[in-house]
Amino acid sequence: MKSLQTPLHRVKGLGSSHSGTGHFWRERITAVALAPLSLWFGYVAIGLSGTTTSAPLQFFAQPVNAILMASFVIISLYHAALGVQVVIDDYIHSAGMKIFLFLTVRLFVLATGSACLIALLRISVF
Amino acid sequence: MAENPQVPAQATRPLSPHLTIYRWPVTMMTSITHRATGMALTVGALILAWWLVAISNGLDGGYQTFMALAASPLGMLVLFGVTWSLAYHFFNGLRHLAWDLGYGFDKKIAERNSVIIFALSFLTALIIFAIVWTGHGGYLQ
Repeated sequence: MKSLQTPLHRVKGLGSSHSGTGHFWRERITAVALAPLSLWFGYVAIGLSGTTTSAPLQFFAQPVNAILMASFVIISLYHAALGVQVVIDDYIHSAGMKIFLFLTVRLFVLATGSACLIALLRISVF
Repeated sequence: MAENPQVPAQATRPLSPHLTIYRWPVTMMTSITHRATGMALTVGALILAWWLVAISNGLDGGYQTFMALAASPLGMLVLFGVTWSLAYHFFNGLRHLAWDLGYGFDKKIAERNSVIIFALSFLTALIIFAIVWTGHGGYLQ
């Protein structure tokens, strides 16, 4: 029997999920990047525990530390948005609620990430 | 003949085994815990943002308040939860990457690794707290 898919649908290779392996792949790429960054973050969090304000200020004034922390923030929040999306996909079955929660998660990571990045800029640039 | 033959038929219909029927194998625990720790870390990102914003406010800009709250019993409980969540998600995440490459699917090995990951993540969180409590943290000043 001839396929009922339109030629466009066939060439895009997308089924009822409306997406391919891009989501899965991004989740893995960010996970690989986060493995060493998480170790660095742990080293920094312990190293700055119990310090007064000047220690973290001086630490993040170093460009390499600010850039590493910005990378950790961006990649981990991106990874978080991808992960939470899968949880929503699995447990929420109404389309309207799904869209609402997707947008909420994206707004949350954008707002949280912006706060972190602006803070890092204030420390390291201004 | 029964008046409504569907009722007894429905009542005795065999059900496919689901979450409430299975005895939970440890691999099911590690799977759902990976999700739970991921969700916890997503919310925990707020603490990271709070910490960075407090630092960026400079001297007396709320950093002391943050540190005092972090050292309170509730603060330490939350931070221990986040620390363990990160350790767990890290170790089990590495296992997920190994699975993606096709390693570690053997039932016995998967069960053994599940126990190792639970133990290792708790041990890591306890060691980190021991380092901080005994004053061996704060080496970056």
